[in-house]
Amino acid sequence: MTGLLTIVIVALLGIAIWQLTKIFDLTQSKYQPGQEYLSEVATDKDNNINGYLMFGFLAFIYILTIYSCVKWGYMPLLSDSASEHGKDVDTLMWITLAVIFFVQTITQFVLHYFAFIYRGKKDRKAVFYAENDKLEFIWTIIPVIVLSGLILYGLYVWNNIMNYDEEEDVLYVEVYAKQFGWDFRYGGDDNVLGKANVRFIEGINVVGVDMSDPNAQDDVMSKELRLPVGKKVVMKMRSQDVLHSAYFPHFRAQMNTVPGMVTQFIMTPSVTTVEMRERENIIDKVNKINEARHNRSRDLIAKGEEGLEPYAFDYVLLCNKICGRSHYNMQAKVIVETPEEFESWLKEQPRLGQQVADEKATTTTPEVEIEIQTPDTEIVVDSTAIVAQIIK
Amino acid sequence: MSALGHELTHDHAHDHHHKETFITKYIFSTDHKMIAKQFLITGVIMGVIGIVMSLLFRIQIAWPEESFRIFSWLLGDEFAPGGVMRNDIYLALVTIHGTIMVFFVLTAGLSGTFSNLLIPLQLGARDMASGFINMLSYWIFFISCVIMLSSLFVESGPASAGWTIYPPLSAVPQAIPGSGTGMTLWLISMALFIAQSLMGSLNYVVTILNLRTKGMTMTRMPLTIWALFVTAIVGIVSFPVLLSAALLLIMDRSFGTSFFLSDIYIAGEVLHYQGGSPVLFEHLFWFLGHPEVYLVILPAMGITSEVISSNARKPIFGYRAMITSLLAIAFLSTIVWGHHMFVSGMNPFLGSVFTFTTLLIAIPSAVKAFNYITTLWKGNLQMNTGMLFSIGFVSTFIAGGLTGIILGDSTLDINVHDTYFVVAHFHLVMGISALYGMFAGIYHWYPKMFGRMMNKNLGYIHFWVTAVCAYGVFLPMHFIGMAGLPRRYYTNSAFPMFDDMVDVNIIITLFALVGAAFQILFLWNFFYSMFYGKKAPQNPWRATTLEWTTPVEHMHGNWPGEIPEVHRWPYDYSKPGYEEDFVPQTTPLREGEKDGGHH
Repeated sequence: MTGLLTIVIVALLGIAIWQLTKIFDLTQSKYQPGQEYLSEVATDKDNNINGYLMFGFLAFIYILTIYSCVKWGYMPLLSDSASEHGKDVDTLMWITLAVIFFVQTITQFVLHYFAFIYRGKKDRKAVFYAENDKLEFIWTIIPVIVLSGLILYGLYVWNNIMNYDEEEDVLYVEVYAKQFGWDFRYGGDDNVLGKANVRFIEGINVVGVDMSDPNAQDDVMSKELRLPVGKKVVMKMRSQDVLHSAYFPHFRAQMNTVPGMVTQFIMTPSVTTVEMRERENIIDKVNKINEARHNRSRDLIAKGEEGLEPYAFDYVLLCNKICGRSHYNMQAKVIVETPEEFESWLKEQPRLGQQVADEKATTTTPEVEIEIQTPDTEIVVDSTAIVAQIIK
Repeated sequence: MSALGHELTHDHAHDHHHKETFITKYIFSTDHKMIAKQFLITGVIMGVIGIVMSLLFRIQIAWPEESFRIFSWLLGDEFAPGGVMRNDIYLALVTIHGTIMVFFVLTAGLSGTFSNLLIPLQLGARDMASGFINMLSYWIFFISCVIMLSSLFVESGPASAGWTIYPPLSAVPQAIPGSGTGMTLWLISMALFIAQSLMGSLNYVVTILNLRTKGMTMTRMPLTIWALFVTAIVGIVSFPVLLSAALLLIMDRSFGTSFFLSDIYIAGEVLHYQGGSPVLFEHLFWFLGHPEVYLVILPAMGITSEVISSNARKPIFGYRAMITSLLAIAFLSTIVWGHHMFVSGMNPFLGSVFTFTTLLIAIPSAVKAFNYITTLWKGNLQMNTGMLFSIGFVSTFIAGGLTGIILGDSTLDINVHDTYFVVAHFHLVMGISALYGMFAGIYHWYPKMFGRMMNKNLGYIHFWVTAVCAYGVFLPMHFIGMAGLPRRYYTNSAFPMFDDMVDVNIIITLFALVGAAFQILFLWNFFYSMFYGKKAPQNPWRATTLEWTTPVEHMHGNWPGEIPEVHRWPYDYSKPGYEEDFVPQTTPLREGEKDGGHH
């Protein structure tokens, strides 16, 4: 009903305004027969009003921009990055934003100012100024120089992010995406991930590790991603079903997970969860969030539902590629801790080899062979090998 | 009857005895002017449907998981049980909204309309090279609209994998219900859409190259025609690739092939697919997808050149530079597609290449923007509604285009890819800027299309409210994108880190609701003025180009008698030595007078 009323009101408003303008027209009987169309062509008065409105609109753009920056300006993606390459990314972002804001401010000003100052007047004659190659050259070469600078810096940082020396001492972690959650796998003591393919998914082996691979026996499964601070981690990413994307905004990291392919992202976390929780910007944001949650809780409790728990900062992994019904709720916690804490945690975790063996022992059904009767059984083995080669 | 045929065998001193029935005049017309209006009205209707969808999912995002009667009313009990939108239906709405707006409104509705209307009229041709193929292109477009809309009524839901329909989500019905019949209908609709687009583009290119009147050299063509010409060529190059991607996807879905699929475990079983790659689809899709967005903006740029110069009573600044920029943008647009795929898992080296080419394309775009601004300098700006929208075009094109510099830089894209930052960017350049171009074209050429004037004051209110709401919706959106909020999320309430952005989403939705509501003023003005608007004269805006030399009442063949001959370029506004502030292209040059922008 409300919706219908709203539509009717708006429609009536429209008609009312239309009728009002009609009345206005009726009072303007100054047009010769055949010239009535001139009532729909801009007059000096229209030019004047719209010229002023143009200038006023400039103020609107500026005010809206400034208000937005002030109110929503703490953008976590501009400060407080939690990875080593994050600093370079943020610097590049700041420089690019500075260039953009500068150009935006000047050009919007010139555009709207010209629209105002050159608003049409009957006795004004426009200047027949149709070309100036020198000007064209200037405003071609300046963007070329500025953009070249941005490109070169950007490519330098990109290269640093995307490449790593295989000889380096890195930690390998598998990030496994599926509808609708994440699994993580560590190489365990040997830091080598066992070969895997979705065809090996069975029971507790949720990511399809090939248990015949000796490297797989000491692999460690986890529902949270734990990382030691200061150590370069190579995240090997796989997907079970559709495209997902592993998005770690605080670490300035994102990479699609592709079924049938292993993708990777490399980073070095530089701030532990505990340290991050003590930063002023983060405390501010957490307080703002908890205020909002508190208000929402009040409404929920009034409706008879459960309230919301207060929020403490945690690094988070989100899915960032449309993947189905619960795309909006694929969460995993990411914890960055000291190397000692990480090692002691890793030591305590059950090994996959043991988990699979235990599960076999407790199930009464006979060992299930992967029943693939298709003639491409050979290809199945090949694809495992290819996959395994990429997961070091 | 083709215009070529007419030229060779007839002159139009006498009337053709075409027996015109209602069917041949209004339904299966081969007259380019009627086809233009058909494209326009269909595009407007699809636009209304698209914008209503956007309001539905904006309401859901602002007040998540609440029950709304409008959901029950429009979506029914299957898609919105208890008035609460189903999570996959949210994705379906987002998908169909994007598809309709990009293809059906801003491609067919924009270049379909204005190419058909203006190419013969501004070039001095009787009609398009093939009126029959032209008519066919509209009716195939119509059928593709019907099929797309029919997919909304499929039980398992319409296509829901985003307008980018990446497999495996779009290939495997178990992944999301909409990837069943809904996706099949989407593919059929788009295959037909591509066919009609190619038919149109071929017609436009042939007409522009072959049917210009005497004296109309390529460098005397209005910039609108240049833009539509370049648009058509880019379309011919890129649309077939999307068609091939769609065909391969149909084969994966229905014929057991594995072009895009490999190693998939879903709904408790391993599927048979082996050896394909979703990244291949992404390449094929974006090979069209990127030029597509330039197919959307180039006609709008061409329209803006015309509307700004005629309303400023000044030549467009830098005619040759504008043409060069159009050609540069067209060429570069075909080699930047990978900037949609920086985090797709493709080789990072490709990322470097595409960053380089993407930032290159910013340069001709910047040149055009500066040229528009300089056209205003020392002009005598007539603030007709078309002019307001053209100025708005430049403003929003700059604002939206600048953020492209962030997105085109692979390093920075890592963090904003697939967030609301991207959504804000492309809506500013497509949803607002190109749309303003379309509005400017409608307001400016309405007298040509319908022989009547649109109401001026309604036009002003329409522009100013739209302008405020447009920035109100999309400027704040950049900030939530920068805060890491991903797009295509049914609700933002699952992650506590976004809880402090609830108010931004509400503000955006409120601006969207008001902005959409005020489009009713435009619709009223558009349809009412067709019948009751003030009768228009032959050249209400006192413009120089050829379309304003045709009689107000439409006739086949456009001009009674001979087609006028052209003696000068189209931008002799306020030329020194002339009493009037415009000199039509048909006016012969005086003794010693030079043609063009030199003075």
